[in-house]
This record gives sequence, structure tokens and C-alpha cells, in this order.
Amino acid sequence: MRKIHVNTIIKKIKNMCIKGNYNLGVDVIESFKKAKEKEESPIGKDILDKLLLNAKIAKENEVPICQDTGMAVFFIEIGQEVYIEGGTLTDAINEGVRQGYKEGYLRKSVVKDPLFRENTNDNTPAIIHYDLVEGDKLKIYFAPKGFGSENMSALKMLKPSDGINGVKEFVLDVVEKAGPNPCPPIVVGVGIGGTMEKAAILAKKALLRDIGTFNKKEHIKNLETELLEEINKLGVGPQGLGGRTTALAVNIETYPTHIAGLPVAVNINCHASRHLMVEL
Amino acid sequence: MKNIEITTPLTESIVEKLNAGDKVYITGTIYTARDAAHKKMIETLHNGEELPFDIKDSIIYYVGPCPPKPGQIIGSCGPTTSYRMDDLTPPLLELGLRGMIGKGKRNQKVIDSMIKNKAVYFAAIGGAGALISDCVKSSEVIAYEELGTEAVRKLCVEKLPVIVVIDSKGNNLYDIENKKYKIK
Repeated sequence: MRKIHVNTIIKKIKNMCIKGNYNLGVDVIESFKKAKEKEESPIGKDILDKLLLNAKIAKENEVPICQDTGMAVFFIEIGQEVYIEGGTLTDAINEGVRQGYKEGYLRKSVVKDPLFRENTNDNTPAIIHYDLVEGDKLKIYFAPKGFGSENMSALKMLKPSDGINGVKEFVLDVVEKAGPNPCPPIVVGVGIGGTMEKAAILAKKALLRDIGTFNKKEHIKNLETELLEEINKLGVGPQGLGGRTTALAVNIETYPTHIAGLPVAVNINCHASRHLMVEL
Repeated sequence: MKNIEITTPLTESIVEKLNAGDKVYITGTIYTARDAAHKKMIETLHNGEELPFDIKDSIIYYVGPCPPKPGQIIGSCGPTTSYRMDDLTPPLLELGLRGMIGKGKRNQKVIDSMIKNKAVYFAAIGGAGALISDCVKSSEVIAYEELGTEAVRKLCVEKLPVIVVIDSKGNNLYDIENKKYKIK
């Protein structure tokens, strides 16, 4: 057994919360620059410039890129040979979030009860997905999720006969209806297969991938490429003010499903597309 | 499309000259309010009480800022998505609210009320919170402090950059620009 103390985890999580909200990812910066070359809309080009400038200011002044520093979403891959010392992993993650959002002057955006809506004032609880894997490592993926884009996400239980065209139609429909609301240019996470909740989790997990990476399955990679092309024909553009850059990437994850079903979930991410990973 | 500098209060005569697509730089006083503050303001009106600020010719900015770091006036403060305030907006427009800053679509009821009451809807760049915070010269919570980031703040801004998305005639820049680039 390899022992990892909760204090090590708390410190890591705290730093991830701050770093992830102050720094735009290299993959995002590169994709903005590429998009700018192709963008035909003058307003769109200007917006891409402003977003690059915003990222520069955020990094230099060590302030959040966006005021919506999100709900703290984690995907944890924990090796079976890891023993967590000093408390539970869930408590450690929440403590790291509590400290990170306080010390980083990040916004506390979580309410205790979805109907009473009283702010918890420390941005906890986090949303944590666990995966038990082989080995003695602990991988922590962090993706703070803003709700401008989260609110534009959708799930549909398609029929098997709807097939690939049904999937495409649904994804395009969700993106077009979202229009300017999710802060385009967006990253589109798609989960296909599994059960209802599995598809939703896959769509979220797809957002952990860097822009410019593709699914290893050839037919899914092709679907990602085709959908990105189709989405960028919609004309939504940066901030929905028209243009060619509606999405920076379409990331799809799949899972086996039932003979009767074809669940599809679309989780939209804003242009900040915040995601990072550390391994302990 | 023009570059226009305006100073608050945002009067009817200023609004009449603004057209969808104009780049506007706002200087003066604006008020922040988003979901929870709107709910409270509408309850206030139902109870026959006064709103926390003089709404006539005012501008509301839909934002929940980050807390300021030591030495900062305000944390990152980009716009939030406006449609969530749609149902709560026409009563404020009826009372003289003249401008709104946010991002994203508005429903037809809001647009109709904007035309009737001669108001304008601006978009600020969503996700450019660090850049926008540089334009804020002072910030003071004036109501609903218990709401934290959602409290109503009085902000003094200098050359806050926004774009007219829906003007007082009902022209909608999202629709106009989207059509230009849609392929099919």
C-alpha cells in the first residue's frame, strides 16, 4: 500500500483551484490564435483579441479569467494500492476547494439548497466523480464549471434507429439554440451511450480533454471533425455576434449501451474551457 | 457601426441615438443586480416599498463579481447570461430603467417593453472579467449585503466597453450578424 496524507491532497487541490482559474490553458490560447486567422467577422476577430488580452491580464495580475469561477468539478482516478491517511478523500477535496476559493479570492457560487438558495460561502461541496483503477497513483482532474454554459447543456434518449444522424442533429440543435448564451467560442462535450447518467458524466469527462486531441476510435474521431465543421457553419461566432468561430472543439466519449437505447448528452463549455490534471 | 462615448444618467435622448452594433464606452454610475437581487427588487415593488436606487434613467449590469484582492477595487466582473432576468425585467423598464448590460438573448416580452419604454440592451464580453474590472473605479454595496456576490452594488465606471445588441427600435445585433455568417 502507498500512503498519501490528506494534507498533501488539500494543498494540491487548493493550488489547482487557484491556478485553474487564473490561467487560460495553452491549448485554449493556441486555438484562439488559430481561430483568429480564419475568422471573417470583424466583431468576432476583435472579441478573440480581447479574450487573449483578458487572459494576459489575468495571468499577470493573478486574478480570475472570469468572475464565474464555477462549481468545482473533479474526476478522480485512484489506484487500488493507495491508502489515504488522516481522513477521507472527499473531505480533503472539499477542504482544498474551501481554502483555494478563499485564498485565491475566487467567487463563491454554490447554494446549499437548490430551492432555498442560501450561499454556502466557501464554494463547497465540490462535484466529485471517482474511478477505481490499478496501481498506486492518484490522478486528480479539475474542471471548474461556469453555469452560463452549463445551463445550455442537454440530454436526450434517442432511439437506436436514430443512429449517427440523430446524434448529429441533436448536438447541432443544442448548440444553435444556445446561441450567444454559453460564451462562444465553446467546447462541446458529448457523451454517447451507457445509461442516462452515464451519458451525462461522459459528456462532462470529454471536456477534460485538450482542444486539438481526438477520440482514439476512428469513427468517433471522424464524428468529432464533422460536427465541428457543421457547428462552425451555424454562424453563431464569438459571443454569438456572428462569425466562423462558434466552437473550438467537439470532444466525444462513448460507452456500451442497451439494445433499446441511444442516450446522448451534450455538455457545453465556455471559451475558457478550464481543465487541469495533477498526479500524486 | 460607430464608437460612442456616453455618460450616465442614460436619458431617453441618448438611447434614441444608439443603434444595434454601436460600440459604446460608458462612464458614470451603474448598478449591479443579478438573479437573487432581481427577485428581491420585484418583491420590494409588490410590497409597495422603494427600490434600493433611483431606477429612472439608470443602467443595471448583470454581474456577480469576484471578491477583490487586497488593493483591488473589485474582482473580475464580466457579464452573466441575461435571459434569467427576463421575467423580472419589464416591471423595471416600466419604472424607467433605461439600460441593461449582460450577455445573450432576451425574450420578446423584454424586447417589446424596451421598445415601449425606450430602453437599450448592451452586451459586454462574457468571460473577459479581468479586463472589465480595470474600468471600475469604485464599488459600494448599497443593498442586500447578505446575498454576497449577488448584492446590489453601485459602481463608478470609466469607459466601460459594451456593444449595443438590442436598440430601442428592437433591432437585434445577434440576429443581424448571425444571418451574415450562417452557411446553408
